[in-house]
Amino acid sequence: MGDIAIVDFSGKITLGEGSATLRTMVRELIGQGHRKILLNLGDVDYIDSSGIGELVGAYTAVRTASGELKLVYLTKRVHDLIQITRLFTVFDVQADESAAILSFRSAS
Amino acid sequence: MAAPTQRLEVTLDTQLESVDLAESIVIRVAEAAGFGEDDLHKLGMAVREGVINAYNYGNCQDRRKKIRLAVEFEAETMIVHVVDEGCGFQLCDVEDPLAEENLLRTSGRGIFLMRAFMDDLAVRRAPTGGADLVMYKKLPHRVSGNGRSQAE
Repeated sequence: MGDIAIVDFSGKITLGEGSATLRTMVRELIGQGHRKILLNLGDVDYIDSSGIGELVGAYTAVRTASGELKLVYLTKRVHDLIQITRLFTVFDVQADESAAILSFRSAS
Repeated sequence: MAAPTQRLEVTLDTQLESVDLAESIVIRVAEAAGFGEDDLHKLGMAVREGVINAYNYGNCQDRRKKIRLAVEFEAETMIVHVVDEGCGFQLCDVEDPLAEENLLRTSGRGIFLMRAFMDDLAVRRAPTGGADLVMYKKLPHRVSGNGRSQAE
């Protein structure tokens, strides 16, 4: 999607499973020069504290590279987890992909 | 006379696989006890976080050490113990992950999630010196044939 990298994630983001994949993927995108990254978590049915830590790590890595990371299509469980951990104040969570793309465009 | 306490105890190796194993054991036991889907998720997640804590911080990923998982039932409560062989810790020493200065930390949310998903959480010192994480969840109430609700 132009200069926006959209990553469709599925399954679990938990200790030793999806969390390492997420970390590698985001670092690679940054390495390739991407600065606008949208994580589609619509098919992520489970995330634990390690997964949340990886999301925060990804957010920080993208910000450090002067980029933006946004989240879209959170499942109820992921949404609730991000809510109770107060990470809604950190992450830019978009309602759908079109809104996310627009928000990247309007910010640039 | 008080009903006898039912107890299940499993000794787990300090390895990543134990996290999923502990979660699935507790979910299976809780399912048999009548917990619904939402509570099963919360119980599983809390135990998962407890075992991650034992694996990472208590036993420092030392494969020579063990993690003890125990599930007990009292009259109205399911109690889960996760015991490690570390140095122990106190809840008051755990930083608040919701504090502004901690929001961007990549770790330190496990204890908070255990508290959020269970009815109560305590940390005791195990006889071995490690931490004994004790999690409490009130048993679900079912409606009996006479229409009165009861704890299973």
